[in-house]
Amino acid sequence: MTHLSKSPWILHYDASSCNGCDIEVLACLSPLYDVERFGIINTGNPKHADVLVITGGINEQNREVVRNLYEQMPDPKVVVAVGICASTGGVFRECYNVVGGIDCIIPVDVYVPGCAARPESIIDGIVRALSILEEKKNMPAPGRATQGGEK
Amino acid sequence: MILVEYAVIFIILAPFIGGLLAGIDRKLTARMQGRVGPPLLQPFYDVGKLFKKEQIVVTPSQHFYVLSYLVFIVASGALFFAGGDLLLVIFAFTLAHIFLVLGAYSSYSPYSFIGAERELIQIIAYEPMIILAAVGMYMVTKTFFVWEIMASSMPLILYLPGVFLGFLMVLTIKLRKSPFDLSTSHHAHQEIVKGVTTEFSGPMLARVEIAHWYENVFLLGFIYLFFAWNPLVGIIAIIIAYVLEILIDNTFSRATWKFTLKSAWIIAGMMGLVNLGVLYYLSGVVPV
Repeated sequence: MTHLSKSPWILHYDASSCNGCDIEVLACLSPLYDVERFGIINTGNPKHADVLVITGGINEQNREVVRNLYEQMPDPKVVVAVGICASTGGVFRECYNVVGGIDCIIPVDVYVPGCAARPESIIDGIVRALSILEEKKNMPAPGRATQGGEK
Repeated sequence: MILVEYAVIFIILAPFIGGLLAGIDRKLTARMQGRVGPPLLQPFYDVGKLFKKEQIVVTPSQHFYVLSYLVFIVASGALFFAGGDLLLVIFAFTLAHIFLVLGAYSSYSPYSFIGAERELIQIIAYEPMIILAAVGMYMVTKTFFVWEIMASSMPLILYLPGVFLGFLMVLTIKLRKSPFDLSTSHHAHQEIVKGVTTEFSGPMLARVEIAHWYENVFLLGFIYLFFAWNPLVGIIAIIIAYVLEILIDNTFSRATWKFTLKSAWIIAGMMGLVNLGVLYYLSGVVPV
C-alpha cells in the first residue's frame, strides 16, 4: 500500500444511466457506507481525479465527453464501469442512439455488474481498482495522447 | 529583536502541524455528520499521492505563480514567527494570494477564471479587517513588531474584543470554510468544478495544499497574538476558535459573493472600526 491507493479521488460521470446506479454511487458517500474512511473523495474535476466512475452506456452525444474527461485525468488512472449498462450497454444496447458499454470508447479496468449495482459491490469494485492503480504506477507512462486524438 | 530560529522552526514544523490540523478537521467534520471519517493522516496521504501523479501543465507560467504563492506564504509566516513587522507580514501574505489568483488567470479556463475572480473578491472582503487588526494592536501596544506585541503584558483581547470577533469572521473566509468558501473549498465540497485550483494538478496542487497548511498555522498564530499575555489562555483560544470554525463550516450553506463582501465589510466596520474608535476616545481615560 502506498499513498496512491490510500487517497483515491473519484470523478463520477453519468453517461446515459437511468439514475439508478447514480443514486447507489451517491449512497456510498452517505454516513451508512462512508467511503471517505478509505480516503475516497468525490471530486468534480477530472484534473484532480484518479478513478473515473461511469454509470450508464455510451451514446452518440457523450462519446466525445467521456473521451475528453478520460484524457484530462493525470496518470496513473483507472476506470470503473458501474452497472450493467456501463459494462455492456445493458437493456439499452439495441437503442438507436446507444453505442454500447464504456469499453468501446476508453479502456475499462473494473466492471461492476448489477441493475442497479449495490453500494457494497461499487465499493468492492473501487477497492479492486485501487490495486490496479498500484500496478499502473510501476508501469511506464503511456504518454499523453496528441491534442484531439483519433475520432 | 528578530528571532531567526523561530522562523526556521516554523518552516520545518508548520507543514506537519498544518497537515495534522487538516486531518483533525476532516475527522471532526465526519463525526459531526455521523460518519467514521478518514484516517487522521489522510491529508499527508493526499499530498504524497499528488506528488506521484502526472503533472499536466496548462501554461508554463503556472509553475512560477504556484511556487511564488508557496514561497510568499512561507515567507510571511516565517516573518511573523520571527517577530517581524506585522504590516510587512500582511503585505507578503496578500501578495502570496495575488500570485494564486494570477496562476488561476494564466490558464484560459472559464472555471479557473471564476475561481480567480471570487478569490479576488474574498481578498477585498477580508483585507480591511486584517489591517484593522494590525492597527488595533498598534494602538494598544504602540508597536507593529510581533516580538514586542508578544512581549507586552497587555491583555490585547480586553482592549480589542470587537477586532477579535471581526478577525474570527475573516478567519472563516481565510480557512476556506462554508459559508464563505466561494473561490475553492475543502475536501469533498465542490465549487464551480474546483474554483482557483481547477487547472492545477498533481505536484502543483500538492504545493497549493502545503501552502494552505502554512497559511492555517500562521492564521492560528495571529489568534494567539490577542492572548499573548497568557500562553495557556492563548492555546485554549486557538482550539476553541478552530473547533468553532469547523462547526460553522458544517452548519451553514454557502453564501453568495455579494453577501460575503457585504457582511465582511459590515462586520469589519461595526466590530473593528467601532472598537478602534472607542479605544481612541478612551485613550485619555484608560492606560493604553
